[in-house]
Amino acid sequence: MTRFWLIKLVRTVITLWFVVTFAFIVLRTSGDPVVALLGADAMPDEIEHFRELWGLDRSLFAQYVSYVGQMATGQFGNSLRDSRPVLEIILERLPATAQLGLAAFIIAAIIGIPAGIVAALRRGRLTDRIVMVFAVFGFALPNFFLGILLILLFSLYLQILPSSGTGTFLHLLMPSVTLATFTAGTLARFTRSAMLEVLEKPYMRAASARGVPFWQRVLFHALPNAAIPIVTVIGLNLGQLVAGAIVIESVFAWPGIGRLLVVAVSQRDLAVVQGLVLVIAVTMVLANLIVDLLYGLLDPRIREGAK
Amino acid sequence: MTDPIPQTGPLIDIRHLSVPLPRGADRPFAVEDLSLTLNRGEILCVVGETGSGKSLTALSLMGLLPTNLPRPQGEIMFEGRDLLRLSRSERLRLSGRRLAMVFQEPIAALNPIYRVGAQVSEVFRLHTDLKAAEIREKVIELFREVRLPDPEAILRAYPHQLSGGQCQRVMIATALALDPALLIADEPTTALDVTTQAQILKLMLDLRSTHGTGILFITHDFGVVAEIADRVAVMRHGKLVEIGTRDAVLNDPQADYTRQLIAAVPRLAPKTTAAVLGEPVLRAEGLTKTYKTRTLIGASREVAALKGVDVTLRRGETLGLVGESGSGKSTLAQCVIRLVEPDGGEVVIDNGAFTGLTGSALRHARRKVQIVFQDPYTALDPRHAVGDAIAEGPIIHGLPREEAKARALDLIEAVGLERSAARRFPHEFSGGQRQRICIARALAVQPDLLIADESVSALDVSVQAQILELLAQMQKDLQFGLLFITHDLRVASRICDRIAVMQRGVIVEQGPAAELFANPREPYTRELLSAVPGRDWQDRPSQGQQP
Repeated sequence: MTRFWLIKLVRTVITLWFVVTFAFIVLRTSGDPVVALLGADAMPDEIEHFRELWGLDRSLFAQYVSYVGQMATGQFGNSLRDSRPVLEIILERLPATAQLGLAAFIIAAIIGIPAGIVAALRRGRLTDRIVMVFAVFGFALPNFFLGILLILLFSLYLQILPSSGTGTFLHLLMPSVTLATFTAGTLARFTRSAMLEVLEKPYMRAASARGVPFWQRVLFHALPNAAIPIVTVIGLNLGQLVAGAIVIESVFAWPGIGRLLVVAVSQRDLAVVQGLVLVIAVTMVLANLIVDLLYGLLDPRIREGAK
Repeated sequence: MTDPIPQTGPLIDIRHLSVPLPRGADRPFAVEDLSLTLNRGEILCVVGETGSGKSLTALSLMGLLPTNLPRPQGEIMFEGRDLLRLSRSERLRLSGRRLAMVFQEPIAALNPIYRVGAQVSEVFRLHTDLKAAEIREKVIELFREVRLPDPEAILRAYPHQLSGGQCQRVMIATALALDPALLIADEPTTALDVTTQAQILKLMLDLRSTHGTGILFITHDFGVVAEIADRVAVMRHGKLVEIGTRDAVLNDPQADYTRQLIAAVPRLAPKTTAAVLGEPVLRAEGLTKTYKTRTLIGASREVAALKGVDVTLRRGETLGLVGESGSGKSTLAQCVIRLVEPDGGEVVIDNGAFTGLTGSALRHARRKVQIVFQDPYTALDPRHAVGDAIAEGPIIHGLPREEAKARALDLIEAVGLERSAARRFPHEFSGGQRQRICIARALAVQPDLLIADESVSALDVSVQAQILELLAQMQKDLQFGLLFITHDLRVASRICDRIAVMQRGVIVEQGPAAELFANPREPYTRELLSAVPGRDWQDRPSQGQQP
């Protein structure tokens, strides 16, 4: 068991190191941050001064070493833009994104999983086809487009929902539904196929033969067995939720880290971008760790293999 | 055999049962106009080959027919009610309480994520008002009755931690929990080892006499019928061919089909060895292989699958490897063909070292050893035409394409198929035909050694007999050595010159088939022989004459 966790830990550290390094390389090779910050008309001595101030005059390797060291010790530095600590800026924005992501995830699960179950139970019939049409619609429709459509309908024509900003439940509604559609569609499809496979298993027939009522069979015998692929998809889709949040927050002017990232990248605010990348990476790695843990909880055979 | 319990009227009365097939199927009915009765405390065996409708008959009784089938017609009277016209709630009250079922794959019939105890308890929770502690007592009592070792540990175990035989005992315990009037057993021992099968059959006989349960026992094996049946119903293509008492049907069958089936049942009658044997084609010495597994408590454990096994096989000779699951017989075959790397020992094929070869030398040497697997349904690529599949091997080993194609056609004919079969795809063939194709494919590269790993175990008896005959004929023509792996001593006796009995990674006894069966030295060999179902019946002098 300890070995299992040690391997997981080492892997996590390596993954984070890769992410951090990648972010460093991309940001340094995509243009001069000082020019982006100060504008093309800035005076040379001004630029020089700025470089020195932020340590950008040192060699790339020296910059990398001090950067990795800072990341490892949790010092994300100060924003190039307004000199406030990066951590403070990120923590300020994180709750908004967490709220949006969580709401979207709950909506996706509430719609996607039951829809997949019903589709599997009604395989080949009209209900199944309708669910699958919506599922394809859900993950084929770009969410910025859906967002704009919703704003047009509910904010401009019907005028019942606010088009942007945060604060109330009504503000949360459109962005979270928009963000949830992709995940809901994916979940519906995977739940359907996982359930179809499980429903064919001999133990389902054996449960009928014992006189287990229909919904008990579906919920207590089939669904827990189908949960492994479903949980996998949820873990993988968390990345989609984060990526989606970047777009959705821009469309609905939602003050989360997605919008922060867009602004920071366009302004070449290196420290903020690096901090955000690390936060997002840690979230993803943690999510996958939780998925691994859930596997063990869900299936005694995996639990045993991990020991 | 115990006397049937006194009866008053039939327990189950099936009248004109028809199970229609969906449109476009090869015949209109899976079960057609079937009428039969089962009495209280009686064991009725329903026998038939694949597609005879025996399983669908059982599923109609339980209301478990696949949902894509149209509604069955006719009636099935049970305790004054027609089972085909029950409401959903009536069905739920009956299932598990008055009617119970045991399935073919015991491990797969248990939900892998719940503890075994919880699954057996479910029956009590659903159908009684007992409290948790009382249920636990009942379950332990049941486990004792079906003779599970250490009932309390099994209660807490997960299905994958138990053996197939243990899982089947758990299933039987579940089925008997509420003392049902009828137990339906669908091939309950087919997936089990012979010795386990013998124990389960004995258990069912005991339970019948203590509980008075009527048992509808579905099987394809006449040996099992001889052990357990009071009456026998023979089915074919969904119709009842013959029904009668066990002795009447087994010893004096009226229908031609029954006679054919009985004649095809392999008997424990060792074949006499062909006189001339050639050079050794396989010499394996000191083969060892150890697997690491994990036990119930999670500690890592090493299992020695092979503990220094020596095997020699000559050209034109058939060596049978018999033993139960876990005895190491399949590991031995896989080490010989190097699908699994042995930890130690040496394999010499056709006087050339086989272990230690790598790269192109190994690829080249692989031609000399071919294998035919158990399941002909998964062994063929569904997207390759049969002729291409057979010609592929020779082409890889350097034969010009045209010659390979010609050889494939000859082989297709040699294994008893039409030459036109070359252009068709695997799904167009039956299981037996596919196994013929697999044999042709293996022989296409002209191997010196052919390994048949349970190659006839998944086939119906009549088909099984044909495939065994084909293997013997091809061997006579081509003079390859045949390593024949099986769990079924009857099958082994039919084809093998010599038999090696494996147990826990060692060959405990080997010798000419006739000698081994007549004078088994080892207790384990004797145990295996006595577990062969239907032995007493087949040993009767009147039995087994060709019709």
